[in-house]
Amino acid sequence: MKPDRRLLVATLAPGLALAVWLVLGVVLLRAALGPAERAAVDAAIRPLVGSHGGLVFGWWLVAAGLAAWAGHRLHRTHVVAPARLANSARVLAEDAGAPELPVQGGSSLRGLAAAINSLAAERRGLKAEMARLVEEASCSVAEQRDQLAALMSELDHAVVVCALDGRILLYNGRMLDLSRQLSRHAAGGAEVIGLGRSIHALIDRGPVHHALETVERRIARGSDRAGHAAKFVTTTAAGHLLQVSLAPVRPPAVTAGDHPGLTGFVLLVDDITANIEARSRRDSELLRLTESTRASAASMQAALEMLELPDLAPEERERFLRVIRDEVTTMGSRLDDLAASSLLEVMTRWPLQEMLGSDLVAAAQRRIVAATGEPVIAGETRDDLWLNVDSFSLIEAIAFVAGRVAKVHRDPRMWLRLVPAGGTRAHLDLGWHVAEGAAARLPATLARVQSEPIDLAGTASPVSVRDVVERHGGEVWLGRDRSDGQPFFRFLLPLAPADAASAATNWPSRPEFYDFDLFAAGRGDGELDDQPLSKLSFTVFDTETTGLDPAGGDEIIQIGAVRIVNGRILRGECIDQLVDPQRSIPEAGIPIHGIHPAMVRGQPTIVEALPTFHAFAGDSVLVGHNIAFDMRFLKLKEARTGLRFDQPLLDTLLLSSIVHPDEPSHSLEAIAGRLGTDLVGRHTALGDALATAEVFVRLIPLLAQQGIVTLGEARVASGSSQFARLEY
Amino acid sequence: MGTKVLIADDEPNIVVSLEFMMKREGYEVLVARDGNEALEAIRRERPQLVLLDGMMPGLSGFDVCEAVRADQSLSGTRILMLTAKGRETDVARGVGAGADAYVIKPFSTRDLMQQVRDMLA
Repeated sequence: MKPDRRLLVATLAPGLALAVWLVLGVVLLRAALGPAERAAVDAAIRPLVGSHGGLVFGWWLVAAGLAAWAGHRLHRTHVVAPARLANSARVLAEDAGAPELPVQGGSSLRGLAAAINSLAAERRGLKAEMARLVEEASCSVAEQRDQLAALMSELDHAVVVCALDGRILLYNGRMLDLSRQLSRHAAGGAEVIGLGRSIHALIDRGPVHHALETVERRIARGSDRAGHAAKFVTTTAAGHLLQVSLAPVRPPAVTAGDHPGLTGFVLLVDDITANIEARSRRDSELLRLTESTRASAASMQAALEMLELPDLAPEERERFLRVIRDEVTTMGSRLDDLAASSLLEVMTRWPLQEMLGSDLVAAAQRRIVAATGEPVIAGETRDDLWLNVDSFSLIEAIAFVAGRVAKVHRDPRMWLRLVPAGGTRAHLDLGWHVAEGAAARLPATLARVQSEPIDLAGTASPVSVRDVVERHGGEVWLGRDRSDGQPFFRFLLPLAPADAASAATNWPSRPEFYDFDLFAAGRGDGELDDQPLSKLSFTVFDTETTGLDPAGGDEIIQIGAVRIVNGRILRGECIDQLVDPQRSIPEAGIPIHGIHPAMVRGQPTIVEALPTFHAFAGDSVLVGHNIAFDMRFLKLKEARTGLRFDQPLLDTLLLSSIVHPDEPSHSLEAIAGRLGTDLVGRHTALGDALATAEVFVRLIPLLAQQGIVTLGEARVASGSSQFARLEY
Repeated sequence: MGTKVLIADDEPNIVVSLEFMMKREGYEVLVARDGNEALEAIRRERPQLVLLDGMMPGLSGFDVCEAVRADQSLSGTRILMLTAKGRETDVARGVGAGADAYVIKPFSTRDLMQQVRDMLA
């Protein structure tokens, strides 16, 4: 350890000062004496110097030693200890988690240290409490958002929440489905609806603005909050009719009577094209029917009135009778046509919902047990049947029938079963056990039960079981088992269309359908170059190709792409599209990309697929691993598709070489290994795009550590990277 | 006499009765099976009254009515629209097109004959 200079000074200085003081005293004494006296003193003392001088020096040395000890102690307590205390206190001021101050030194220092310690402890407590509150608050916010997102994904309507300028903050699966139906592209949908995209790609700005103005006027008038939603109908580019209900998003009023400005809006969207078509078809059918019936009636009435004339010749009489016969035949066949058409079906359609058959059986089982107290066995039930039902009234009807069965028979041992009935219908059977012999004569109260008004404890309703079943376009009857004659009620019910039932299962399990941070994001139409990477939207993509040489005829066979918004990878918004290269796929590549010629048959060609990708990318930044390779393929198609891919580009290979210049490999696997990301589904275009996105998201903070924050900085750095000589 | 009445309707079953009725009244009856034929007959034969159906192949009854009213030389032609188009909007259109009377099918032959007599009086 280096000797402390100040400690040395503090130790030696008192001894030296004493010596100087003594010598000075002697010199002063001598100067005060006359020459004679000085000589006498000198003469008297000089002989003593040799014999007793040591004694004087020893006396001084003892004094110097004592002074050194005292100086050392004083230095330690009044210089070193306070300095140490100050140092620890400084550390503590910086970092609340630092160790407490040592309580040592003099009593005043101890007091000081203890006081600082208690202050620090109090601050630690406050900080912890603050952190806990923040954590709680953000937890509950996150929870509310998750609940909202979950709720919306369950909603039967297409819902989308937008900021005032139309950027999408939240949407649900139905909305995605709707946009898929409306998309003009083969594999479309995702290029229209996505976080941060504009809703105006789907719904015109005009009607939305008009509705917003209406809403604002109503708010300004102070009318009822419930009346703030505005409705409008609009057509899409593809010719669909959308009925839209717009509700404003407002920050909560700070004071009563305060009307804060709108921050966004919620849209409920319904595609009413099919409804309108059905309705107008029905209207025109009805009109045609009315008019042709009028014409027939007129012909018959006129002919009848002629027949009443007394002076008719027989051949005239025959002519008018023929008119009546003819018209009666015409009306009859018209009625037959009507019965065969779907017109009547459309008119009586009750609003029905799709429901999984096994769910319906389980719900009916619970309801019967609750209503009758009798056990019910859920027998043979196919669990892949989707029904189109009004579940509440249907279950009530079944429970009512079951209640009647339980009233008539002791220990009925009821059972339920659901089986397909062929075509678009299913049988839901409610059966019970009847003693041998008694099965032949069932009480009349049971046979009539279908036509009686449903009357369950407390919920009497004027509708009968038959009414309910007829709403479903179904039937109900009392059947008997062929083999043992046991009775059952059979409900004939409609199945849901197959495609509708499976649509809901396509969405990712935890959808990333919302991003409220976009509320706060400033749009700033300035250059993207000044924007920090963490705030930009990216489209990360990859392609699989027949080979490495686009100029030599190699073609894209698969495009995968995924978006990153506000630093989050949106797995729900992606493109995974096979492309028909319209040429052979070399055998050599098949083991790598796993795409066989049969898989691309019937897929869109690159000219059909690129517009979707182009729209999907929009004005975001394109990101790829060794993006130059993919861009060469895209650029070669510009002339044929008329689409220019002139978005800013970033390459994860280059960015990785900036972050880790000394690493030998910058393959996707190597980077992913270094950054600790898992690679799954590699060597499909979407799998690679997702892996690249994972890597890219992790590279952003590492770049920031090197002072590379904005897009412009990243592009400049990429340009000077050792790998940047690759051109496309 | 020599009062000419044109029956323009594409339904033979109603034409049979109308023709019989009009002849019984002593009018000279002409029959047209579609709109174009009707317009030609009106220009050629100058009937005093036209019983005009609304729905006909080719020109509809409304079109025929408008064409007749657009032609000053035919201003004496009385038009009775006799049609199965019974909505209020249809009646308004028929009257707007220049029909003197609008009768919705089915009708009572006695009332119709009375109306025809009044219009020709």
